[in-house]
Amino acid sequence: MVPLSWYLTLAAALFCVGLYGVLARKNAVAILMGIELMLNAVNINLVAFWHYLEPQVMAGQMFTIIVLTVAASEAAVGLALIISIYRRRNTVIAEDVDLMKW
Amino acid sequence: MTVTVDQILFLITALVTMGAAATVVTAQNLVHAALALIATFFGVAILFVLLQAGFLATVQVVLYIGAISILIIFAIMLTRRVMQDSGPQTNQQWWLAAVFALALFAALWVVLQQVPALQQASGSLPIPGDSLQLLGFGFVDPNQYLLPFELASVLLLIALVGSIVIAGEKQ
Repeated sequence: MVPLSWYLTLAAALFCVGLYGVLARKNAVAILMGIELMLNAVNINLVAFWHYLEPQVMAGQMFTIIVLTVAASEAAVGLALIISIYRRRNTVIAEDVDLMKW
Repeated sequence: MTVTVDQILFLITALVTMGAAATVVTAQNLVHAALALIATFFGVAILFVLLQAGFLATVQVVLYIGAISILIIFAIMLTRRVMQDSGPQTNQQWWLAAVFALALFAALWVVLQQVPALQQASGSLPIPGDSLQLLGFGFVDPNQYLLPFELASVLLLIALVGSIVIAGEKQ
């Protein structure tokens, strides 16, 4: 049988890879991909805890579905923002959008 | 220690998922990163199946791979510039980001080792046979999770209208 700690370690590793992607990449769409990796890691955590600790209570799966819904809507709005920025400034590199930097 | 089939399946899936995730954050070509992201989502769906959450695996495939990944590829294609995929894809502080990510993983791993209950929680408690029906009832029952369900629907509507307004063409 697979211990719970294996799933949690995998979710932690996925989260850290996503975190590196968010902090180190230039392209805004690549940053969004890192955010999606982090959200998937959280979902793995939730479902693993549901399966190993409280499978009779459906709240674990419901939480995961709500997180998935919020991730979908956030990806849609984020990508719309990126497309709008590209139309105005002709760049999607996050460092170049620095009009309000001091 | 004998290695069971469950553990082999989990290890293979974990390797595929982590390999694809590493490709997402290091690929030079953005379309390669998007395809690796799809592979990562598939790996997560397989993990959901291993955790006996079949409905969630289906929703993961349909939503993440079928909608969000397509949206990301659309955005990549619509925001392409010539010669954008050449040159470094990481900013100047990438080494600091790598250090921070490694430090966070080390801290989480240490914390996970401190809890001995996690290493032994390997038995599987019985999962109700009609879990999908329980899930459905939970979403429409006012005593349970009807309100979060409705709020999520309103959020999706707001996101839909908002992205159309933001990304729409100016008249």
